[in-house]
Amino acid sequence: MSETVKVPTMAEYMAEGKKPEVLFWVGCAGSFDDRAKKITKAFVKLLHSANVDFAVLGTEESCTGDPAKRSGNEFLFQMQAVTNIEVMNAYEIKKVVTACPHCFNTLKNEYPVLGGDYEVMHHTQFLKSLLDEGRLTVQGGKFKGKRITFHDPCYLGRANDVYEAPRDLLRKLEVELIEMKRCKRNGLCCGAGGAQMFKEPEPGNKDVNIERTEDALETKPDIIAAGCPFCNTMMTDGVKSKEKEDSIDVMDVAELIANAQDL
Amino acid sequence: MQYIPNIIFIIALIAGIGYFTKNIRKVIRNIRLGKDVDRTDNKKERFNNMARIAFGQSKMVRRPISGILHVVVYLGFIIINIEVLEIIIDGILGTHRIFAFLGGFYDFLIGSFEILALLVLVSVFIFWIRRNVINIKRFKTLKGWPKNDGNIILYFEVVLMTLFLTMNGADFQLQSLGAEHYAKAGAYPVSQYIAPLFNGMSEASLILVERGAWWMHIIGILIFLNYLYFSKHLHILLAFPNTYFGDLKPKGQMDNLEAVTKEVMLMMDPNADPFAAPAEDEAEAEPEKFGASDVTDLNWVQLLNSYTCTECGRCTSECPANQTGKKLSPRKIMMDTRDRLQEVGDNIDKNGSFVDDGKQLLNDYITPEELWACTSCNACVEACPVSISPLSIILDMRRYLVMEQSAAPTDLNNMMSNIENNGAPWPFNQMDRLNWSQE
Repeated sequence: MSETVKVPTMAEYMAEGKKPEVLFWVGCAGSFDDRAKKITKAFVKLLHSANVDFAVLGTEESCTGDPAKRSGNEFLFQMQAVTNIEVMNAYEIKKVVTACPHCFNTLKNEYPVLGGDYEVMHHTQFLKSLLDEGRLTVQGGKFKGKRITFHDPCYLGRANDVYEAPRDLLRKLEVELIEMKRCKRNGLCCGAGGAQMFKEPEPGNKDVNIERTEDALETKPDIIAAGCPFCNTMMTDGVKSKEKEDSIDVMDVAELIANAQDL
Repeated sequence: MQYIPNIIFIIALIAGIGYFTKNIRKVIRNIRLGKDVDRTDNKKERFNNMARIAFGQSKMVRRPISGILHVVVYLGFIIINIEVLEIIIDGILGTHRIFAFLGGFYDFLIGSFEILALLVLVSVFIFWIRRNVINIKRFKTLKGWPKNDGNIILYFEVVLMTLFLTMNGADFQLQSLGAEHYAKAGAYPVSQYIAPLFNGMSEASLILVERGAWWMHIIGILIFLNYLYFSKHLHILLAFPNTYFGDLKPKGQMDNLEAVTKEVMLMMDPNADPFAAPAEDEAEAEPEKFGASDVTDLNWVQLLNSYTCTECGRCTSECPANQTGKKLSPRKIMMDTRDRLQEVGDNIDKNGSFVDDGKQLLNDYITPEELWACTSCNACVEACPVSISPLSIILDMRRYLVMEQSAAPTDLNNMMSNIENNGAPWPFNQMDRLNWSQE
């Protein structure tokens, strides 16, 4: 993936005396995780193709503090939050979009009380709004007719009641959307939430991501769609441990749309 | 002499309700041991939640079999209580079926009570099968008192409904015989089939059966009322306040710790004087404890949650950690919280005020291993039919482990020091955050 994409920063906008329509909050996974970086790039391509005037914080962005808060370290969380809020308020940010449901939840729900009040959208919601406004076209392309199952991220679904935006986008791709037996508000966690991503699981008889991957495999999918970089990792690992990585892809909704159009 | 039954009845009623009230006051006192949290906002939304979730049973029926059976027992309980009202008035005044003047409507009422009573018996029978015969994991995993408790409640229902129908059957028979005091009133679609059992019995023995069933029924109800406090069954009352005071925020939103905000704002304030002497009242005050290691560190809604829990186990059956064999069980978190709260309450009753017993909720009831297995996915919160949040207790206890004891698992400590040093949970330099665009 050695292709440079044009990504304006808030600092550049500031220098030109301009303000973007929306801040793209990339998140730690989107910035550093090799798999998640592909999602970030796909999303940026979609933003460009829809002519969205956006910018990122770049080196001024820092962890939202979500894993610290879920681990119980309220101090570290609030230090992160207050620092980020100071940066965002200095740029007079009004609207934020992020491809990470954990960042989304934290920015949307936990920043306002600390002085950071923004309109926060998950990238699937944002893409859906672009589609509704006619700025983005989503077409079947190469995924037409493929069997796709969507894994609900807990922090998008149950945590914030967003179930339809990612599904609406997938339907636009003219794919065969198949639901797992546990979906939407009954969706099973991938096993990464609550800072589990960063630690070994407690002793048990199975890993949560294997249990969830089995749910997905029951639908006999060509592709497992995800809307979260951590779910993506967990499901990808699950598919590998079932030795199905040659026949089943795990892809973010943004990647599916971008790839369908060969962006 | 003729007033003796009335007097005995009134004494039984006062004793039954009095003892119940005494115990309920203990429950309220114990709940108030919790920290303050404001749940007086959005009264309309709260009221709607209570109407929909508790009164309307909306979340119960998400599991159709147990949900519909529960609705039957719930309706039976509520509607047959109209009959209890008549029984109480009859008992005090020495009348018989005082509402009989309602005529056709009375027939309709009694008829419906009987049909409901039969449906309750059928449902309770299926419940018992589910608890004791069919291999349902969330019931099978209950052992000892919680298992017996669940069955005792079912037996109570069977006894009460059977007594109710026996009483009506004997009454029906007496009415047919034209016995004095037993004027024709009510319709008996179910108990008329019990009545033939009494064929050939003298009027005196029939009255004995009718009175016996009547007395045992009302005394049974008073005993059941008082059993609630000692069982998991308080939900029949507390489900209402619990759904009313439930959390209205998005499920993903964890509460903000004000005490921490104060410290953080001070640290971030360039004008703050690091050597300033604390204000006088602050110097005296004990610094606030972060997170929860015992029930008194939890807020009163969390404690109300624990008394409301009826141990149905829907939370645990949805929990990803529990399904994959980890020790965590959200139901156990609630049961432990309640058991410990009860222990603290008994301690206060015994000693006048709480005397340190060398125990706490953390470690003595709930282990760190359980707490660290949680993925904070909110499946337990979503599953609870009465708006209980085991997750909020888990997270508050993690806060204590991390902020008071620095006792996080090593991996998490590494993650946190990465965030602290380079603004990401992994050891990457913040200055490299935009490198992805060039790769």
